[in-house]
Amino acid sequence: MAGIRLQHLAHSYSRTPVGADDYALRELDHVWAQGGAYALLGPSGCGKSTLLNIISGLLSPSQGQVLFDGKEVNALSPQARNIAQVFQFPVVYDTMTVFDNLAFPLRNQGLDEAQVRRKVEEIADVLELGAALKKKARNLSADEKQKVSMGRGLVRDDVSAILFDEPLTVIDPHLKWKLRRKLKQIHEQFNITMIYVTHDQLEASTFADKIAVMYGGQIVQFGTPRELFERPRHTFVGYFIGSPGMNLIEVQPQPGGVGFASVHLPLPADLQARLASTPAARLQVGIRPEFVQVREAAFDDAFRARVVDVEDLGTYRILTLDLEGVALKVRLGEDRVVPVEDAWISFPAQWLMLYADDVLLEAAP
Amino acid sequence: MNKVPNNKAWWLVLPVFLLVAFSAVVPMMTVVNYSVQDIFDQSSRYFVGADWYRQVLQDPRLHDSLLRQFIYSGCVLLIEIPLGIAIALTMPTKGRWSSACLIVMAIPLLIPWNVVGTIWQIFGRADIGLLGASLNQLGINYNYAANTMDAWVTVLVMDVWHWTSLVALLCYSGLRAIPDVYYQAARIDRASAWAVFRHIQLPKMKNVLLIAVMLRFMDSFMIYTEPFVLTGGGPGNATTFLSQTLTQMAVGQFDLGPAAAFSLVYFLIILLVSWLFYTAMTHADKD
Repeated sequence: MAGIRLQHLAHSYSRTPVGADDYALRELDHVWAQGGAYALLGPSGCGKSTLLNIISGLLSPSQGQVLFDGKEVNALSPQARNIAQVFQFPVVYDTMTVFDNLAFPLRNQGLDEAQVRRKVEEIADVLELGAALKKKARNLSADEKQKVSMGRGLVRDDVSAILFDEPLTVIDPHLKWKLRRKLKQIHEQFNITMIYVTHDQLEASTFADKIAVMYGGQIVQFGTPRELFERPRHTFVGYFIGSPGMNLIEVQPQPGGVGFASVHLPLPADLQARLASTPAARLQVGIRPEFVQVREAAFDDAFRARVVDVEDLGTYRILTLDLEGVALKVRLGEDRVVPVEDAWISFPAQWLMLYADDVLLEAAP
Repeated sequence: MNKVPNNKAWWLVLPVFLLVAFSAVVPMMTVVNYSVQDIFDQSSRYFVGADWYRQVLQDPRLHDSLLRQFIYSGCVLLIEIPLGIAIALTMPTKGRWSSACLIVMAIPLLIPWNVVGTIWQIFGRADIGLLGASLNQLGINYNYAANTMDAWVTVLVMDVWHWTSLVALLCYSGLRAIPDVYYQAARIDRASAWAVFRHIQLPKMKNVLLIAVMLRFMDSFMIYTEPFVLTGGGPGNATTFLSQTLTQMAVGQFDLGPAAAFSLVYFLIILLVSWLFYTAMTHADKD
């Protein structure tokens, strides 16, 4: 068991990287504390799997260090790092039985047969593979094979960390939820550091205490699911998390705030000061569809918008509004009255985020 | 929808039917025809029933060459299959060297049988051959034309040289089809190199190995040209394999009846052994 620290880590698959685009991972520093349940969330090709393979030692980084409990492990093989990893597609040893598959990592470690039997039966029980233990692994369904794959990762309880690379991709939806719960239970029971790679925000937030969102080879935000939702530190986090994603509107600086077309959005004085001292090529405001205030009639300092479309998604509705030529998504509970043609909307100051070149701009603390 | 019965489609099967009939069934039936008759000339023929079969099955000359044939094919498989696997495992997987290796490996496969026989006949000659003369220079008494053991070794080495590439190339293609993630998982599981071979590479190569074993068995069991050119079946009858015995019988002595009966027995042996290999390998580790 170990805390994992990444220092100045970067990786390029090209032997002679020139620009930033040649890097699958841009330089990053990060700490995964011992015993945490983490998710690594991001779109395909953002460098998630690369990062995971560097942590496990399957890949050697082009620069920087990987430290386990403060000790550099760059030169160590996955065996020496004592890490378990579960891959996206099931890997089973075809000719072995399920029991032998699960026992394989333990036997390679040199455990005696009584211990092996106890551990394998324990894990088979957790994953509900008990009935299949005597079957040849090749005759299993894809679901079961992936469970065996996961079982081989979970069966060793002395590992530094367990890494999951989108392990539930091939699993049936109804089983997915169950297996995620199982993983969480195992995590609570054994207190092992777990890093779970996924591109599914729901999967990430149900599994992990803290989520690292990756984009373009960088970790753009690391925080609890709630933090990612309420205060996205990067426009990508705003857009990627939530359904639908955050509304992002390009704005220009104006005296006392920012604005677009005839809409003026005031900013607190300290943020104004910060904005004035930050050179930015591109300025955006962002607000979650959940946080936009909507009424059928004018109120306070509300803006008037045109209703373009209403989507009924059962428990809630998504309104598409047109505010001075800018499209906005708004999420309304099913009990709310839906405005027809015109809607009056306002943006509560606490939920209105300001982004300079895609990065959240905050008043200096 | 109403189904309209139209049996004209059967005509579409006719070309295949004719092709198979003329390429396989008709020639085989002629052989069957010969095998149950004693034919002296066009007008005098006698039906002899199973007499020829009884005769060939009791012929000690055939027993001897059948035994030799099994030993030969067994040796070929025992040497070429493990050697082919070993070569495939050591071949480079990427870059220019892998292409170079593939080409070098393919060369022996492109050489006609009788040329292979001739190459080795000259190569192994004790007086002028590079191999034969060198061995004798070193003080090793080597003469494939006179010593039974030397003849056998030469015939085997020739086949290994000619055909191991086939096994290696088949295994190589099987190995390339294994996704990297299997090797990664094995590293994570601390599998030894032997375990990787035993539990990942070998099972994944099974299908190509099946093809390799069948091809090498059938080919080596029917071998004719190379030993005929190299040793002529000698010294004595030491390297006279089944098809050479058969040819002597059919063309040399013109015993068409026994030769036909023997051909069919030969065919059935190959069919039976191939079926045994196939069944053994496909059912080996079913539940």
